[in-house]
Amino acid sequence: MSVVLITIVTLAGLGAIAAVILYLAAKKFQVFEDPRIDKVEEALPATNCGGCGFPGCRAFAEALVKADDISSMNCPVGGADTMSSVAAILGKEAGSAKPQIAVLRCNGSCEHRPKLTNYQGASSCAVAAALYGGETGCSYGCYGCGDCVVSCQFDAMYMDEATGLPVIIEDNCVACGACVEACPKDLIELRNKGPKSRRIFVSCMNKDKGAVAKKACAVACIGCGKCHKVCPYEAITMNNNLAYIDYEKCKLCRKCVEVCPTNSIHELNFPPRKPKVEQETPEQAQAE
Amino acid sequence: MQQKIGGQNVLKTFSLGGIHPSENKRSADRPVEILPVPPVVTIPIAQHIGAPATPIVQKGDAVKVGQVIAQSSGFVSANIHSPVSGKVEKIDDVVDASGYRRTAILIKTEGDEWEASIDRSPDIKKEITASAEEILQRISAAGIVGLGGATFPAHVKLSPPPGKTCDILIINGVECEPYLTSDHRLMLEKGEEMLIGVQLLMRALKVEKAIVGIENNKPDAIHHISQLCQAIPGVSVQPLKVQYPQGGEKQLIDACIGRQIPSGKLPIEVGAVVQNVGTAFAVYEAVQKNKPLIERIVTVTGLSVKKPGNYLARIGTPMADLIEAAGGLPEDTGKVIGGGPMMGKALTSIDIPLTKGSSGILIMPREIASRKPVENCIRCSKCVSVCPMGLSPYLLMTLAEKAIWDRAEEEKIMDCIECGSCSFTCPSSRPLLDYIRLGKGKVGQIMRSRTK
Repeated sequence: MSVVLITIVTLAGLGAIAAVILYLAAKKFQVFEDPRIDKVEEALPATNCGGCGFPGCRAFAEALVKADDISSMNCPVGGADTMSSVAAILGKEAGSAKPQIAVLRCNGSCEHRPKLTNYQGASSCAVAAALYGGETGCSYGCYGCGDCVVSCQFDAMYMDEATGLPVIIEDNCVACGACVEACPKDLIELRNKGPKSRRIFVSCMNKDKGAVAKKACAVACIGCGKCHKVCPYEAITMNNNLAYIDYEKCKLCRKCVEVCPTNSIHELNFPPRKPKVEQETPEQAQAE
Repeated sequence: MQQKIGGQNVLKTFSLGGIHPSENKRSADRPVEILPVPPVVTIPIAQHIGAPATPIVQKGDAVKVGQVIAQSSGFVSANIHSPVSGKVEKIDDVVDASGYRRTAILIKTEGDEWEASIDRSPDIKKEITASAEEILQRISAAGIVGLGGATFPAHVKLSPPPGKTCDILIINGVECEPYLTSDHRLMLEKGEEMLIGVQLLMRALKVEKAIVGIENNKPDAIHHISQLCQAIPGVSVQPLKVQYPQGGEKQLIDACIGRQIPSGKLPIEVGAVVQNVGTAFAVYEAVQKNKPLIERIVTVTGLSVKKPGNYLARIGTPMADLIEAAGGLPEDTGKVIGGGPMMGKALTSIDIPLTKGSSGILIMPREIASRKPVENCIRCSKCVSVCPMGLSPYLLMTLAEKAIWDRAEEEKIMDCIECGSCSFTCPSSRPLLDYIRLGKGKVGQIMRSRTK
């Protein structure tokens, strides 16, 4: 009987000593963690996409708790709702970042941009870009190997077999910017989603001179500057034979779309144009 | 000259890895032909490793052969001279061998008027009067770059950094790339001049010893250069076993003198400097004849090429002219490669101009030009056994594919010399080098940003 007793007492004693050591160690090495970090993390979407500029939602939560002013910080996935609930937890002022979306600034589909060479290397845009300017005459355009599609965690992109270009699914895109990073040609830009998802952008990044660009691709921006002249809001700038529309200044009047001789300016989600379009078509043809 | 292993004579070679692709040196017995001067030459301003040269001519300017048209824009850069006489047509962006549109000077040829200071007589000038400094200065002024294909400005290699000393010069006459024969023909036809160039390089480096490494598949060149060397103290020929990539600096030093260069270091670390035979010849012309680098020998070859041959062509000549001289583009052409089959790069058009680094034009028939479908890695480790740098290409490829850059750096991705032995040997046709090259670019970028 005494064996059992000795065992119980010894084990209980050992347990007590260990408990004291653990208690002291916990006191000594305690790291204080703001309980709000957990709360904020809970409010974030837990996608760990890095769209906020921090490595994962936890790191963003820590940064949000630490920052005095969070108005310039934004979770592109959760948007304004998430940020206002975070602001409520922290008692800080949320910023008013407009929802954004990725747009592809290349329209060089197989039909518009004839192939001159045949790439057989590793199926990666980054590898191809390290080798040469691509299969077509345009060395600024899409390689079509789909590095952006691979990078997308939200199933918001797929390669269109017919055009050879990636397509962005608007409903799924959260503007995390992974594809922007992945594209070696910087063809994807995050732009304001716009009212009713309406937006206008130059779907081309070709910086070659007009004649060279036009020869390589039928829908290239040739840097003619017509859009720059017609824009009443000074939203369009010309640089290196390429037009760029500032989405903060653009009021979506669509004048630039009408004058573009190569149709390189795209308008998305606008209602179909009224008969006016039909009158303009011959003029456009003449201008070309 | 030969090592004795197990009672048998074994030729020297480098110690690690290597492959032996079919040699296909079809143009080895074709003497060098001089190609006519083209009506228009296109001179890219970035023909060398380092900063592109700065154009100093303008549209409409009249230029003579040998006149500087673009000036070196830094220590690691090189002058570019007009290879023809005529008028500058324009300075424009054209697609060059890089596959991108880059600035080039286009010159319309008129007559063939040379700079008066250039000695055009056929006599060989043996007497060396220039001092080491003068030689270096001439090499730098003449825009000489490594003609083996890497196009590293020659004067940079010949100026060892402070604290480093050089005791041996190694001349690369290996030409380990299959198909190519331009260095072989140069050694046979301009051997004497080339060896004067070697002596000039020795004087510039202040070394007493030089070894010309030549692979055993060129017995005539070994014989010819050995005979010429007998009269020159300190210069000898080292015949080498045929093994790719023996022409790589590190491999050649290992093969010739058995010194291994530590990871991440340059040959000067072990007291050696390597120059190509073509570079040695260019140095002879620059110092003894005052002639800048305006032309080079190019091999035009391929299995279905009608008249494979070696041509002396002016820099800026369209590749199409060279292909025409070799009997035109065969109908079954699948790929035109600038350089050799192992390290060369497919050209996007045959209008691309010849540059200082173009050692050959290789035309591949369609059936052997295309890549085979990529299959899974079967862990055969052939890539590991052929890698001349002792790397694990299969691992480096995966690391680059998965963007694990820190591990790639640990695995010495930057040591890769891009010889392509791994991709060549892979039974699953995996694009090993494609990804390793991508990884090298990324890791290099990260390392540079760290030191800034």
